[in-house]
Amino acid sequence: MLELVSVRRHFGPLKVIDDLDLSVAKGDVLGILGPNGAGKTTLFNVILGVHPVSAGHVRFEGRDITRKRPWSRCQMGIGRTYQVPKPFSHMSVFENVLVAAVSGGQGSIRASRDWAVEVVELTGLAHRMERPAGELSLLDLKRLELAKAVACRPKLLLLDEIAGGLTDMECDELLEIIRGVHRQGATIVWIEHVIHALRRAATRLAVLYGGKIISSGTPDAVLADPRVREVYLGVEA
Amino acid sequence: MPKAPFNAWLVPAGRLLLLLGLCFLIAGPWVCSIPQLQLLTQFLSLLVIAIMWNLLAGYADIVSVGQHAFVGIGAYAFFGFAVFAGFSPYLALLAGGATALVFAVPVMLIIFRLRAAYLAVGSWVVAETLMLGAGKLTAFGGGSGVSMPVSVVRSLGVQPALRYSHIYWLALAVAAVALATTWLLMRSRIGLGLTAMRDNEEGAGSVGVNLIRSRILCFLWTAPFLGLAGGIITLQKLRVAPPASFSITDWTVYVIFIVVIGGIGSFEGPIIGTVVFFLIRQYLAEIGVWHFIILGMLSIGVIMVEPRGLWGILRRVVPGDLIPVSHRPPARPLAGSDSAPSGTHLKEPHSTPAG
Ligand SMILES: Nc1ncnc2c1ncn2[C@@H]1O[C@H](COP(=O)(O)OP(=O)(O)OP(=O)(O)O)[C@@H](O)[C@H]1O
Ligand SMILES: [Mg+2]
Repeated sequence: MLELVSVRRHFGPLKVIDDLDLSVAKGDVLGILGPNGAGKTTLFNVILGVHPVSAGHVRFEGRDITRKRPWSRCQMGIGRTYQVPKPFSHMSVFENVLVAAVSGGQGSIRASRDWAVEVVELTGLAHRMERPAGELSLLDLKRLELAKAVACRPKLLLLDEIAGGLTDMECDELLEIIRGVHRQGATIVWIEHVIHALRRAATRLAVLYGGKIISSGTPDAVLADPRVREVYLGVEA
Repeated sequence: MPKAPFNAWLVPAGRLLLLLGLCFLIAGPWVCSIPQLQLLTQFLSLLVIAIMWNLLAGYADIVSVGQHAFVGIGAYAFFGFAVFAGFSPYLALLAGGATALVFAVPVMLIIFRLRAAYLAVGSWVVAETLMLGAGKLTAFGGGSGVSMPVSVVRSLGVQPALRYSHIYWLALAVAAVALATTWLLMRSRIGLGLTAMRDNEEGAGSVGVNLIRSRILCFLWTAPFLGLAGGIITLQKLRVAPPASFSITDWTVYVIFIVVIGGIGSFEGPIIGTVVFFLIRQYLAEIGVWHFIILGMLSIGVIMVEPRGLWGILRRVVPGDLIPVSHRPPARPLAGSDSAPSGTHLKEPHSTPAG
């Protein structure tokens, strides 16, 4: 479904993504781990086209989308949450989600309103429906990120650290929502530091380090990989 | 955090005020003297230009300082069609708007290669170049401009009173069309995307808002209205001249003040700003250049208090938009009234302290 071939993304001399190959199969829930600054968010920026690649190709559902703009990729079915939320602060929560439903999901406003309400309720923001997004707490902003991404009706959903700072109970609820989206047929790539959440949801894990995937496979195999323990779990555990 | 109902009356009160303003404008020709009518005509032209600049700079992030180019093009084209081609003033006005649209295409191709400050400088350079070009048109009197022949002036009415009310009606019609269609644009899915762009451009692009197409549309949207305003202004002044028709001060600098003071990125802002501008100009005109300085100080002061201008300040107490462009969730049987203090009957997984 998604394929990155020899992708590089450099910021000047800084090689954040360096000759990276990655493929995600339909129906996967791929968890991505990696220490701070490993380039995880940059990877998402490259997949959605927020940053152009410095070299390499990005393919989605068999089409080369390397030169497509973010909105085209979104309309093709890639939805994404931001680690640092990007709310439309002066619009209501409902409108935030409506924009995504209308622009990403490509429907008329009239036809998208019920879907937007459904997504707002699904993500637990019903009690904030008509509040300006600028008034939300950080937790609600993360929910709004998820709501906007889901409202685009993505085939591929990219989640960037949306479980950070949640209580166990909140984390369980979030997992339920994400599993629901997965059951509806979406493929998911999920960046997260909260390993236990990933471990419960992911069908595969990949570890990003130094701009490359240093290990990937089933969650148990990856977490047992000595290289992974060295670069990542050593810090976390 | 539900707003106490003490201020709920402010929205209908504000709308009533707008409605009274509209009634006054419609009654204008019957209740105003000729100088007052001329002032109102100027008000309407400037209002149109302000609405357009707000659309560009406030929503689409096209901070152009070359708006006066399209006003000037509209002015010259109107003059040309009315005087040389012998069009009726109405037709010439429309043709002027269309000409501005035609010019907008190449101008857009040039300045859309630039971003932010470069775009601002680029748009200014293009506008000044077009003004110099207009100064080379000998048929239009070159650098010193030319007045409209009496025959054309008379075609709008032999008596001045009739003529001025005629021009006024045209100005009112242009302003009404600009306001109404731009409101419809903002209510559409394109406008919804533009509003998201206003708040967060990258975020908007990532949920599928086509930033490039939205920008192109905005730019092409504003040009014909600016051109129409240019035509109205020419009708009023009865002459074209490069520095006046392409005046950066009148059609760009003042307009930026107006929008910034009134409230950039809102529908109400340009209206409030234009009213405030005319009040300042009328009551402080005798102090000469000082009114310019006061305008500058006022705009800086306002943005320091509230980047969204006077309307942003008012909006802290006014609980809703006067001219609603926002969308509300469909009313649902169980969801109760929209102003219900809290959604206790809605599924609320867990309450979280805000902030
Ligand atoms: N636009 C940019 N310009 C320059 N450098 C950048 C840019 N974006 C990211 N970087 C750099 O790329 C590196 C990787 O950043 P990135 O945000 O992808 O890391 P991350 O794995 O998501 O980290 P975290 O776990 O903290 O979110 C960092 O060193 C960062 O400074
Ligand atoms: Mg990150």
